Amino acid sequence: MHEEDEFGESGVVKRFMYVNRKAPYGTIYALECLEMILIAAAFDQDVSVVFADDGVYQLKKGQDTKAVNMKNFSPTYRALDDYDVEKIYVEKESLEARGLSADDLVIPVEVVAAADLVEIMAAQDVVLSS
Amino acid sequence: MMLHTINKSPFERNALQSCLRLAKKGHAVLLIEDGVYGAFQGTAVAAQIAERMADMKFYVLQPDIDARGLGESPLIDGITPVDYGGFVDLVAEYEATQAWL
Repeated sequence: MHEEDEFGESGVVKRFMYVNRKAPYGTIYALECLEMILIAAAFDQDVSVVFADDGVYQLKKGQDTKAVNMKNFSPTYRALDDYDVEKIYVEKESLEARGLSADDLVIPVEVVAAADLVEIMAAQDVVLSS
Repeated sequence: MMLHTINKSPFERNALQSCLRLAKKGHAVLLIEDGVYGAFQGTAVAAQIAERMADMKFYVLQPDIDARGLGESPLIDGITPVDYGGFVDLVAEYEATQAWL
């Protein structure tokens, strides 16, 4: 197939990292970034996802948006696994500052200290922050 | 008397900090939207509100807490949750409203 030539065999696979730093409902950044991640994964790129600062709130369990008339998109993070996005990191310091732990999150993640995140981030080809 | 509304996360912006520094004794603060992240015990910013609890009133909008999955998390002692009707009542009760955007 022509498409496969373009995006598969002859296409270069790059290491893409998406750094989520915004809370989920106050701005549109979180939802837009989730869509970008799913697109990159659909093109078979090497995708890593980081949640840091207020971005950790995107994964908080128990979101119920009925009363605010907005779409609860937190269940969509569970689809990352289906797209073979398995490198999901949450910054330890950000969780702790907000009184949260890995048990509070909707998907299994790797909780990493900032010092270790430094190395993971430095090894990427492309880093997109939102 | 004035009602102050805060709609920004205290972890990302300094709106709450500035409000707490500049609001007068007897005024009220209502946390809405991403501002509700400041309302909980056990966070790095909890002490800021606790410090002014004695001379100000604090409210938080419950629907915004529920949307963010924090309905089960304990509020800082003394913060009163309100619904949309309660929001309207507060605006009517205070002579003026200041939104810290």
